[in-house]
Amino acid sequence: MTDLFSKFDPLIEQRRALLDTGVTDPFSLVMEKVLSPTTAICNGRETILLGTYNYMGMTFDEDVIKAGQDALRDFGAGTTGSRVLNGTYQGHKEVEEALKEFYAMDHAMVFSTGYQANLGIISTIAGKGDYVILDIDSHASIYDGCKMGDAEIVAFRHNDIEALEKRLKRLPADAGKLVVLEGVYSMLGDIAPLDKMVKLAKQYGAMVLVDEAHSMGFIGEHGRGVAEAQGVLDDVDFVIGTFSKSVGTVGGFCVSNHPKFEIMRLVCRPYVFTASLPPSVVATAATSIRKLMHGSNKRAHLWENSKTLHKGLTDAGFELGTKEAHSAIIAVIMPDLERGAMMWEALLEEGLYVNLARPPATPAGMTLLRCSLCAEHSSDQVGEILARFTRAGKRVGIIA
Amino acid sequence: MSTPLNQKIYDLIEPFNKKGVELGDNTSFAGDLEWDSLTVMDFVAEVEDSFDIIITMNMQAEIETVGQLVAAVEKLQA
Repeated sequence: MTDLFSKFDPLIEQRRALLDTGVTDPFSLVMEKVLSPTTAICNGRETILLGTYNYMGMTFDEDVIKAGQDALRDFGAGTTGSRVLNGTYQGHKEVEEALKEFYAMDHAMVFSTGYQANLGIISTIAGKGDYVILDIDSHASIYDGCKMGDAEIVAFRHNDIEALEKRLKRLPADAGKLVVLEGVYSMLGDIAPLDKMVKLAKQYGAMVLVDEAHSMGFIGEHGRGVAEAQGVLDDVDFVIGTFSKSVGTVGGFCVSNHPKFEIMRLVCRPYVFTASLPPSVVATAATSIRKLMHGSNKRAHLWENSKTLHKGLTDAGFELGTKEAHSAIIAVIMPDLERGAMMWEALLEEGLYVNLARPPATPAGMTLLRCSLCAEHSSDQVGEILARFTRAGKRVGIIA
Repeated sequence: MSTPLNQKIYDLIEPFNKKGVELGDNTSFAGDLEWDSLTVMDFVAEVEDSFDIIITMNMQAEIETVGQLVAAVEKLQA
């Protein structure tokens, strides 16, 4: 018998070698207690959280919690069914209304996760004979959406406007085309030149999908994302987003002005063939989205936190993924996986949690310590974060 | 077999052929040349630009050797 698991041997070996150095396993941390959007107890120690996507700190918002408790009591723990059968409750319609208002768009469709939103929309709208043109650094959910569909996939170099145009130019003029972009690329925290890319896509007759998972509630005048900030949201055909970041719960969505968009509810398999979100989740999401419409003070503080951390880490001698802060993600580049894991552990001992990211999730084979800020991090906490980073960096020998 | 197309592809491979592997139809990109996904991406972009073609990721998945690449480029140019 061939052991089907033998294909994982190289990874098992790499993991064993890493753990044999005595370092704590960076991929099995348990949060024993969560105290607030920015602090938790890990390994019995109070820890500042700098590796969540809780950008706007909505997870513990009083109104959000109350809405969830009410829905849990009034509608029960779960829907036990698909959105197209018994799984659409009042709350699912309400959260879709909230999204339509938030984005000022005609249609909103809620999925059970953000991953499923990309998987479902991309695989369904781009069919046999169509082309999907995507950035090489696209998220796994975008690639998986491509793999599940029957379209031809064309990749271009990350954020390279010229490379995108060359490819658009070479494709058959009359073929169906979908250009897939992200507002913020989550590994390095850099933003896309959507103003130029969306215009190009339209010029060559392509439809455009933009994943704004890491920008919602924070970037753009109304928090609609990078496409709004760069003035091209009206030319974007589909915006993909998530409830698991700024919104503070779980779920995914697509908003669109396409006149035929509602047919998606019948033809999109990752929407149809899964249970809908629990009533408490859609209630918390709807309340959170409505509060995010009025979050400009929190947005300003989050930007301030991101810029302060970026400058402080640069001044301390760390190498970062972007020259200045593009988003609330600040990626610290590590020399290799082993030292990245050592630095991660040293930070945890200092009482600071960040995300360790490594290939294949990262571009160019990099090992990254990804920091993501929250609007609820106080200025004092950001100062404390910088002090802990500096101490740990010196101890591990990442900085001098 | 040496044709102008073969030679042009060999010339494009050369800057990426860090180990100086001798090239033939059966030379494989992953096995013999030991290219990682980044190198493959850069190389594919070079080939695409040189011939003004598109090699989709669907096609790339089927191309493992130099000979297969030459055949694919020939077909795409036709």
